Amino acid sequence: MMKLNKFWLVIAVVFLAGIGFTVVADNEFYFYTTYAVMQLMIMGIAWNILGGFTGYVNFGSGGFFAAGAYTTVFLHRLFDGPPLLIAVLVAPIVCGLIGLAVGYFTLRLKGVYFAIATLAVAIILETVVINWEFVGGAGGYYLLIPENIVFFDSYIEWLFTLILAITLIAIAVSRYLNSSKIGQGLAAIRDDELAAECMGVPTLRLKLISTTVMGGLMGMAGAPFPYFITFVEPVSAFNLLIAVNAIAVPMIGGTASWIGPVIGGLLLGTIQETVTVNISSELNMLIVGVVLVGFISLAPQGIVGLYQDFIRKRRKRND
Amino acid sequence: MTEPILVVTNLTKRFGGFVALDEVDVSLGGNERLGLIGPNGSGKTTLINCISGALFNEQGKVNFEGNDVTGTAASNRAKLGIVRTFQIPRPFRSMTIIENLEIPMKYAASDRLGSGHVREQAMESLEVVGLQDRADENSANLTQIDMRRLELARALSAKPSLLLSDETMAGLSSSEVDEVLDILFALNERGVAVIMIEHIMRAVMKYSERIVVLDAGKKIADGSPDEIVNNRDVERAYLGE
Repeated sequence: MMKLNKFWLVIAVVFLAGIGFTVVADNEFYFYTTYAVMQLMIMGIAWNILGGFTGYVNFGSGGFFAAGAYTTVFLHRLFDGPPLLIAVLVAPIVCGLIGLAVGYFTLRLKGVYFAIATLAVAIILETVVINWEFVGGAGGYYLLIPENIVFFDSYIEWLFTLILAITLIAIAVSRYLNSSKIGQGLAAIRDDELAAECMGVPTLRLKLISTTVMGGLMGMAGAPFPYFITFVEPVSAFNLLIAVNAIAVPMIGGTASWIGPVIGGLLLGTIQETVTVNISSELNMLIVGVVLVGFISLAPQGIVGLYQDFIRKRRKRND
Repeated sequence: MTEPILVVTNLTKRFGGFVALDEVDVSLGGNERLGLIGPNGSGKTTLINCISGALFNEQGKVNFEGNDVTGTAASNRAKLGIVRTFQIPRPFRSMTIIENLEIPMKYAASDRLGSGHVREQAMESLEVVGLQDRADENSANLTQIDMRRLELARALSAKPSLLLSDETMAGLSSSEVDEVLDILFALNERGVAVIMIEHIMRAVMKYSERIVVLDAGKKIADGSPDEIVNNRDVERAYLGE
């Protein structure tokens, strides 16, 4: 009980600190940077629910992210620029349902076959968007940022606050899944699906919960994206690099626990933003690659795993 | 025989054109110990798979405690009390020994779990198999015999009324076989019906009240251990003409 309160206390403090940051800081650059870091973190958290907790590797993150972004575009066209908050609430429902459908049709596949199927789903969604003129088709879609905003000094501060809230929601959802009975069931599926099923774990239902939550969180991360870059087009929205980044975050942080992608997101996001700004955005991808290869070969359990090893060794030495 | 807990009728399972089980009938009393033997490839594990729900049969019925469970998912059969062990142990490797037991306790046995702490009840199961001092060790690092102990303890934690034990003793030394037999006797004394697949004849003969023999997917004999030993068909199946 004590621990639970501490968690929510930290969440509240971080959120209030974020609000305070929008009041104090006035260089917009900080908001753009932290926005990108948090977006990356949410995607890592979302990927990890299916990939890390449940053991199903997914290359289609870009598809769910873009589906979220295009939900915003769709609503923008349909209702002539409704409040972004509505899109942020609708996108996870749309993307969660896509996740549920994808899960239903692909979860009978295992390992590499599942991974390829998710890649195919992203390509199908991209093809749909490219041929859908209403949301801009292949040419993309410009959104004008609303001019009058309440409470915040600029629109990016509002976006920053929004993505901070989404990040904290994603962390809370992920932590709940990880530490609940559902999380234990998912871990059993990851370790041995047949044994899990024979021990009473309703594997199909839990896997569907996992894909739905994954899709929902990805969509939520994508919903504010069109306002963040003001121009969406399919090639960048569905970029495979989005999927690679979403995998890299939990791989670096650690896939077994909810804190892994949080740490990985902070670390990788900060490195990426620093390199992009100070050196070049091409080098940025090279660095992601090198860091990822390094972690997979030297520390497959990520930073959380390294830390646990360190604690274990120290305890042994003390015994 | 008491009121039957399991009645398998006319069960047929095909893999493509290969008939793995051919119209097999088996029934089991409420507290019975049944041995299931037969040469390699005779369909023993397939039968266990069909009873536990890991595979679905094309023909025939599986009836458990009076309910038809033929189309029921394995997880729901586990909830009803049909629990199995695996020929090659399949622990949840990322978990400790006691965490392995929590899965069936929280899922399969969630309706039957008595009051009291989960951990205490898991410790009881570990005591039955003699792993109580190692509850917090990682399950991936266990020796073969301990993995089999864990396999049994995990099945026990699901609070089964029917245990399907698939070659729990393969590869164990003679004294280890006796240990596992003691565990299975203890389970049966608690009122659990047991179907045991085993190649170690000494163990099957000692444990079983009744033995069913499969050969090439067909049931060729069903009787007491003494009857089976003297059965011409069984001799032919194992030794040839």
